[in-house]
Amino acid sequence: MILRPLAWQRIVWFALAAMTLFTLVVLFFIIGFITSKGAHVITLKFLFGMPERMGKEGGILPTIIATIYISLLAIAIATPIGVGSAVYLCEYTRESPITRVIRFGADALAGVPSIIFGLFGFILFVIRLRMGWSLLAGGLTLAFMILPTIIRTSEEAIRAVPYNLREVSYSLGGAKSQTIVRVVLPNALPGILTGVILGMGRSVAETAVVIFTAGSSLLMPKSLFDPARTMAVHFYILAREGLSMERAYGTALLLIIAILLINVVAYLLMYRLTRKMR
Amino acid sequence: MDSKLSTLDPLNPRPLEPSLPKLETRNSKLETQNLNVFYGNFQAVKSVSIAFPCKAITAIIGPSGCGKSTLLRSLNRMNELVDGARIKGTILLDGSDIYRLSVLELRKRVGMVFQRPNAFPLPVFDNIAYGPRIHGTNNGSELQAIVERCLRSVHMWDEVKDKLNDSALRLTDEQRQRLCIARMLAVEPEVLLMDEPCSALDPIATLRIEDLMRSLKEKYCIVIVTHNMQQAARVSDYTGFMLLGVLKEFGTTKQIFTTPRETDTENYISGRFG
Repeated sequence: MILRPLAWQRIVWFALAAMTLFTLVVLFFIIGFITSKGAHVITLKFLFGMPERMGKEGGILPTIIATIYISLLAIAIATPIGVGSAVYLCEYTRESPITRVIRFGADALAGVPSIIFGLFGFILFVIRLRMGWSLLAGGLTLAFMILPTIIRTSEEAIRAVPYNLREVSYSLGGAKSQTIVRVVLPNALPGILTGVILGMGRSVAETAVVIFTAGSSLLMPKSLFDPARTMAVHFYILAREGLSMERAYGTALLLIIAILLINVVAYLLMYRLTRKMR
Repeated sequence: MDSKLSTLDPLNPRPLEPSLPKLETRNSKLETQNLNVFYGNFQAVKSVSIAFPCKAITAIIGPSGCGKSTLLRSLNRMNELVDGARIKGTILLDGSDIYRLSVLELRKRVGMVFQRPNAFPLPVFDNIAYGPRIHGTNNGSELQAIVERCLRSVHMWDEVKDKLNDSALRLTDEQRQRLCIARMLAVEPEVLLMDEPCSALDPIATLRIEDLMRSLKEKYCIVIVTHNMQQAARVSDYTGFMLLGVLKEFGTTKQIFTTPRETDTENYISGRFG
């Protein structure tokens, strides 16, 4: 039987809407489930207290601090290297087999399972470079993990800056470096920030890498060379060791809120930065 | 408006001012001698010798792909942005080889306006201040003065003086093209190269930009590339006709449009091809 076009259109609309709805339902189910299980755990003491009895009681302050340190460290290391590589690839090299190999390498690296990065970081930083389990080793390894994402998103953003804007800068007597700093990077900034935020989210949520390279100490980290346990690792250990499921859910809820906050803050930042351009 | 529209007839261009400088090499601001421009193996400009006089508008006309834009772009070395571009021959600015200047210095002295009104996605003020800033002017009141002077030169100060902090992207196409001209003036060039500056504008805006070009002529050497013959006839003092990379004919605009020497020129301006 041949359907009339309008009937067909209705069916397609319905199917597509159902798929979208399904995604939303799954998302809200997960968030709702974790909230219902974990919300009552979150108190001021939970947020700002030290853990007691392996995390069965007390708070999770050291894991919050460790999460912030390690993700900021990863971002601080990966962003300049990633953006620098992207600028080099886009502005200083011509399209050639070598740049294609570099790009393919970055894509392949982005797809490597994080536990492999963890093992790599363990062998290189923890053992060979004698950093031990530490925030530094963890931050460095996470930086390696998110580097390909930052390179590729920055590259896309830089390529999307219209060529004629560069041309104008050159025609006014601008040098290449001035053109990059004053025209290319400001216009690519929203795209670059997207990559950085993606990387930040992945760092905050990462467990395998952190267990291998930063350890799982529940003490408050006092320097970059101290071992530490991030929120994601704490959640994993609480759940796996059966220490306290409800505290695991509380930690998970905080983790979700943290990622949400990062996105909101980044969005506001981007809005402020691009306000002048609209 | 009627008087302006009557000049649309290419065969009856605006009468030339009597004070027009004589076309002599001594008088020229910018000059090419036997210039050849290549892109890889393709030769886009073939042994062109042309002199652009001070305080006059020289138009280069010709069909698409005749090399007129390439010729223009080689005058401030913008052709080098294309891979594999090279030139053979000499280009003189005030009698000395442009390759003896640094490329940045050259582009500062020989400014360019493009086909698209390509303002930076920045406020009006920062668009104009871009050039002075990259050349080291960071003093606020100095920049303020430059912005005002340049906007006045393009007759736009009164329109936008209250909108200096608005994004340039909110301006109309014509205002943006004026802004681009003002932005170029801000680095104090001596020669203005215009690559089809009106092709993205409507006819009324085009006439107004042409008026602006006439007023800028008092101070600058202007070279305009256009495929719009009426425009060349209306606005320019001298015209060069290019075909397949060769400068076929060069003379006063009046002579080119009334008594062309070459049959190719005659065929082109009478609309038989192109």
